[in-house]
Amino acid sequence: MNTITAPARPAEAPFHYDSAANREFGFWLYIMSDLILFAVLFATFAVLGRAYAGGPGARQLFSLPYVFAETILLVLSSAVYGIASSGARTNRIFAVMAGLGLAFLLGLGFIFMETKEFYQLIVDGNGPARSAFLSAYFTIVGTHGVHVLLGLIFMAVMIGQVLAKGLTAMVASRLKRLGMFWHFLDIVWIGIFSFVYLIQVI
Amino acid sequence: MEAPRIRAYVFGFIASVLLTVIPFGLVMASRFPRIAVVAGIAAAGTVQVLVHLRCFLAVHTLSDARWNILFLILTALIIILFVGGSLWIMYDLNYRMM
Repeated sequence: MNTITAPARPAEAPFHYDSAANREFGFWLYIMSDLILFAVLFATFAVLGRAYAGGPGARQLFSLPYVFAETILLVLSSAVYGIASSGARTNRIFAVMAGLGLAFLLGLGFIFMETKEFYQLIVDGNGPARSAFLSAYFTIVGTHGVHVLLGLIFMAVMIGQVLAKGLTAMVASRLKRLGMFWHFLDIVWIGIFSFVYLIQVI
Repeated sequence: MEAPRIRAYVFGFIASVLLTVIPFGLVMASRFPRIAVVAGIAAAGTVQVLVHLRCFLAVHTLSDARWNILFLILTALIIILFVGGSLWIMYDLNYRMM
C-alpha cells in the first residue's frame, strides 16, 4: 500500500502583466529565429536565382502588376490589423472584431492570389522541378505563404476567443503577439517583392 | 494616448504604398540604368522595413524594448554573416570553376 501523499502543488500562479511581457519577449525571439530562416532562403535564392537550366526566366514568368496587387493586399491587411490592436488597448470589442475580420479577409485575398499564381506556373510546366531558379522561388515564396496561412488560422482562432471569452488580459496579450507575427510577415514580403520579383525582372 | 498610435498606422500605410510604388515604377518604366534601379529598389526596401518596424510593429513600445532591439541587432549580425558569407563562398566557387 502506498501511503505517501503527493506534496501539495503550489497554487497556479495568477496571470499578470509580467507574464504577458515574458511571453511577448519570447515570441520576439521566435520571430528573430524565423527571420534567420528566411535570410537563409534569401541567400539560396540569390545563388540560384539565375540558374534557369534552359527554362523560362523571371521576365517571362512574373507579372509585376499582379505582384503589386498582392503587396497592396498584404500591407493593407497589416495596417487594418492596427484597428484590432487599438481596440484591444482601449477595450472596444467591436473595433477588435472589425479589425480582425478585415485583416483576415485581406490576408485570404493574398493567399488566393498566390495560390492562383503557383497553380498557373505548375499547369504551364514551370513547377519547382523545372530549374534551380524555380525550386528556390517556390521554396521562399511558398514558405512565406505557409506562414501567412498559419497567421490566418491564428486569426480565426482569435476571432473565436474574443467572441467566447471577451477581451480578457490573456486574450489581449495573444492579440498583441498575433499582431507582431502579422507585421513581421509583411516585413519579409518587402524582401520578397524587392529581391525575388523586382531585381530578377529588371 | 491612443491617437498617436492610430496616426502612426495611417502614416505607415501611406509611406508603405509610396515606397512600394517607387521600386515597381522604376522597374516597369524600364528606361533607367540597371545599377540605378537596383540601388533604388534596395533603398526603398530598407526605408520601408524601417517604417514597418517603427509604425506597425512599434518595436519601441514593446514591453522590453531595449532587449527587443538588442536581439534585432544581433539577428541582423547573424544574417549578414550567413547571407554575406554564403554569397561570397558561392561566387568565389563559381568563379574558380569557370
